[in-house]
Amino acid sequence: MLKRVHFGTSILPFLLVAPQIIITLVFFIWPASQALYQSLLIEDAFGLSREFVWFENFIDLAGNGLYFDTFRRTAFFSVTVAGIAMASALVLAAMADRIIKGALTYRTLLIWPYAVAPVVAGALWVFMFDPTLGIFAYALNIIGVDWNHKLSGDQAMALVVMASAWKQIAYNFLFFIAAMQSIPKSLIEAAAIDGAGPVKRFFTIIFPLITPTTFFLLVVNVVYAFFDTFGIIHAVTQGGPAKATEILVYKVFNDGFVGLDLGGSAAQSVILMIIVIALTVIQFRYIEKKVEYS
Amino acid sequence: MIEHRPFITFLAHFTLIIGIAIVAFPIWVTFVAATHDAVRMTQVPLPMLPGDQFFINLKKALFEGIGGAGGIPVGMMMLNSLVVALMIATGKIIISLLSAFAIVYFKFPFRMAFFWMIFLTLMLPVEVRILPTFEVVADLGMLNSFWGLSIPLIASATATFMFRQVFLTVPDEMLEAARVDGAGPMRFFFDILLPLSRTNIAALFVILFIYGWNQYLWPLLITTDASMFTVVMGIKQMLEAAEQAPEWHLIMMTALLAMLPPVVVVLTMQRMFVKGLTETDK
Repeated sequence: MLKRVHFGTSILPFLLVAPQIIITLVFFIWPASQALYQSLLIEDAFGLSREFVWFENFIDLAGNGLYFDTFRRTAFFSVTVAGIAMASALVLAAMADRIIKGALTYRTLLIWPYAVAPVVAGALWVFMFDPTLGIFAYALNIIGVDWNHKLSGDQAMALVVMASAWKQIAYNFLFFIAAMQSIPKSLIEAAAIDGAGPVKRFFTIIFPLITPTTFFLLVVNVVYAFFDTFGIIHAVTQGGPAKATEILVYKVFNDGFVGLDLGGSAAQSVILMIIVIALTVIQFRYIEKKVEYS
Repeated sequence: MIEHRPFITFLAHFTLIIGIAIVAFPIWVTFVAATHDAVRMTQVPLPMLPGDQFFINLKKALFEGIGGAGGIPVGMMMLNSLVVALMIATGKIIISLLSAFAIVYFKFPFRMAFFWMIFLTLMLPVEVRILPTFEVVADLGMLNSFWGLSIPLIASATATFMFRQVFLTVPDEMLEAARVDGAGPMRFFFDILLPLSRTNIAALFVILFIYGWNQYLWPLLITTDASMFTVVMGIKQMLEAAEQAPEWHLIMMTALLAMLPPVVVVLTMQRMFVKGLTETDK
């Protein structure tokens, strides 16, 4: 990755990388190592005394039923959000792929929710479903559904899932449509001549050929659901009612900043780091594979 | 189109229109809410058609404070957001350009170590190192400041990778020619590499501006002074206050204002946006 023709050693390259490296060291590496260290300590809430306890925080977490519930909840939440956001985007992209006139207009109208901040998205959805005023809560009431996400854990979960999936459709749509349009038209035409209808062509040609994109999006969507939905949850439910929507990231924040359990929060951070590392590795292995395809 | 099947074409348009309606419906509700007065917004069912209070609400939100957000006008929060988003976007681009240049064009000790160190930042999102990063920023006295809001977020592995990719496609003859003409490294960087990366810089800027504008958790942690609130944070403060006295017409007006700049950026620079999105993430 070094250029064949390049400059020799001098002080200059060090100066060039210095800003990036200093920021990385001060705001990434150092805090992450602090998190590692703190995860081995038990500290009282005022920071007056601390005790080195090895892996006690992790053992506490492993034996903690609540933490396991959070894990299960996060898995359910991520899979549902990824599933809904990807399935709807796939249908829309398959439709948009057929259209020649006005395709760009449709794309324009579909992609902008990407730009809406998660917490703003949360505000919109919480307003539409406000138990006393919300337009959807009102409509649901008419058909006999008693909507109150402030009391019902399932309804709260449904609400954050909808808000999170809504925001992610735009992103998935863009990638799906790009993948579909890169499939050579001759393949589709050959299949059509052989008598394959649009539905058959989609399942036997288009869908298998966009598998790398689907897989890539799956990883990205899971990462999104794990980390970027913090704003949505914070705005809509604050993890409630009774922790029904508290996912891992939210628990790190809640235990650390609200509960002031620094060791426990740090141990959870470390577990999250391991998850991110695993997801990043999967993503990069996929990219290597993809290079082979093209 | 492969074959002429009007029904399927109709179905495609129909599905897309339904999809767009679903995607756009929350925005319509928001817009309608922002055009009514406080009294109408407490009567069930809420209106589905716009009222005539839009400009009154706009003026109130932009220039007067709203309860719950420390009485800070939304206009000022938007200014804060703009400063933070611009600082993050330009900061990320500058330091990533420089480090990619060093890594691709120079042979120097620890080159690969630096590269992997930058790569590591990909695996450490703010969310997993919340507390210790907060402590660092507090120790450096950067709480409640634009520096604290932006600097900890401007290290960027993805941007560095993207520029590295771009630089690797620049033919070696460029550097040879520049050398023959007597150009030093920085002259080469400014006169050849920068102009060649112009579209990539623009594409990245669009993505990073949105990223910076939409930051939430980090500003939430390090700003306690209401005059440093960003508009995205302000929304949350208003929602909390809405538990007691809902001012939905103003909250929804603020939501509209908060999403306006990034949405406008996406729509007006769509080509750059799509390029930036597909190239940084892949």
